[in-house]
Amino acid sequence: MIQLLAAGGEGPKTPTDYINHHLTHLAKDLTPNVSSDTFMAIHLDTMVTSFLLGLLMMFGMWVATRRATAGVPGRWQAFVELVLEFIHGQTKDAYHGTSKLVTPIAITLFCWIIMMNSMDFIPVDFIAKATEAVGLHNWRPVPTADVNATLAMSITVFFLMIGFAIRAKGVGGFIHELFTAPFGPWMAPANLLLNIVELLSKPVSLAMRLFGNMYGGEIVFLLIWMLASAGFVGTLASAVFGLGWGLFHILIVILQAFIFMMLSVVYLSLMEEHH
Amino acid sequence: MNINLTLFAQALMFAGFIWVIATKIWPPLLAAIEDRQKKIADGLAAADKAKSELAAADTRVQEEVKAARAKASEIIEKANTQANQMIDKAKDDALAEAARQRAAALAEIDSLSNRAKEELRKQVAALAVSGAERILKREIDGNAHKALLDQLAAEI
Repeated sequence: MIQLLAAGGEGPKTPTDYINHHLTHLAKDLTPNVSSDTFMAIHLDTMVTSFLLGLLMMFGMWVATRRATAGVPGRWQAFVELVLEFIHGQTKDAYHGTSKLVTPIAITLFCWIIMMNSMDFIPVDFIAKATEAVGLHNWRPVPTADVNATLAMSITVFFLMIGFAIRAKGVGGFIHELFTAPFGPWMAPANLLLNIVELLSKPVSLAMRLFGNMYGGEIVFLLIWMLASAGFVGTLASAVFGLGWGLFHILIVILQAFIFMMLSVVYLSLMEEHH
Repeated sequence: MNINLTLFAQALMFAGFIWVIATKIWPPLLAAIEDRQKKIADGLAAADKAKSELAAADTRVQEEVKAARAKASEIIEKANTQANQMIDKAKDDALAEAARQRAAALAEIDSLSNRAKEELRKQVAALAVSGAERILKREIDGNAHKALLDQLAAEI
C-alpha cells in the first residue's frame, strides 16, 4: 500500500483518496485568482495527451502518405491503408451520399479514439510517477475518460450533422422537416419537440457511451491496482486481474471507437435523408 | 464530470484533425489505393488476355501442324502413285520392246528360212538339170526347157 499510495503525492492515505487523486484533472482555471475547477478551467492533461496523440496519429499517417505509391506498398503504408480502407469500406456501407468528408471524419474518430482509449493500457501509476517527477500532480492519462473530450467530438459531429442536413435539403428544407416530420404539418409542435429531443439525444448518447465506458474502465483498473496495497499476494492478484481486465479492455477500446465512428456516420447519413 | 472550456478546445482540435486528414492524408492515400486497384485489375485483365491468346495460338499451331501433316501425306501419296505409274510404264515399254524384238527375230528367221528354201530349190533345180544332162549326155537347150525347169523348181 505504501509504494502505490506514494504515487498519490504527499496527502492521500486511504483507498478513496487514491481513487480520487487519480480521477482529478490537472486543470488550469483561466479566471484570475480562482484555483478551483470552474467553467473557465481547461484540463491540461486531457488537452496535452489528446493533442500529442492526435499529432502522433497525423505523423503516422503522414509517413504512410508521403511515400504512398500505387506499386508495392511498404509495411507501414500497407498497415495504414488496411486500417483506412477498412474504415472507408464501413463508411461506404453506411453512407450513400456524395460528401467526401465522411471518410476523413470517420478516420479521425476511429483512430484518435482508439489511441486515446489505449492510454488506459499504461498503468496509471507509471504515468503518475513520471508526471510527478516533473512536478505535475493529478495527471489523468485517458482523454476519453474526460467528458469534455467525448462531448467535444460528439458536438462537432452534431454540428456536422446539421451541416449535412442543410447541404442536402437547404435551410428551408431542414426547418420544414423539423416541423412536419414525422407526423405531418398538423402536429407541428409535437414534431418539433420530438425532433429536438431526437437530435440532441444523438450527441449526448455518443459522448456518454464512450465516456462511461472509459471512465468505468479506468475505475476498475484503479480498484485492481489498489489490490496491490494488500501485500505480496495482493500485488500478484492485482497483476493477474490487471492482465485480465486489460485484455478485456482491448475489446472495449476498439469496440467503443468503432461504435462512435459507425454511429456518427449513420447519423450523418440519416440527416441527408428526406422524410 | 465537469464541463468547461476543455470542451471547446477539444472540439476545435477535433475539427482541425478532421481538416488535416480530409485535405492532406486521405486524398493521396485513396489515390494510391485506387491507382493500385486499377493496376491490379489491368494486370489481371492482361493475364486473362494473354491466356486466351496463348490458347488461340495453340489451336492455330495445332491446325498448322495438322495441315502440314495432311500435305505431307498427300505428297507421299502422289509420289507413290507417280512411282507406280513409272514402274508400270517401264514394264509396258519393256514388254512392248520384247514383243517387237521377238517379232523382228521371227520375221528374220522366216525370211532366212525362205531364202534358204529358195536357195535349196535353185540348187535342187540345178542339180536336177545337171542330173538330167548327165543322164541324157547331151546339152539340153537351156532356154528351150527353161519354162519346164522353172515349173519343176516351183513344184519342189
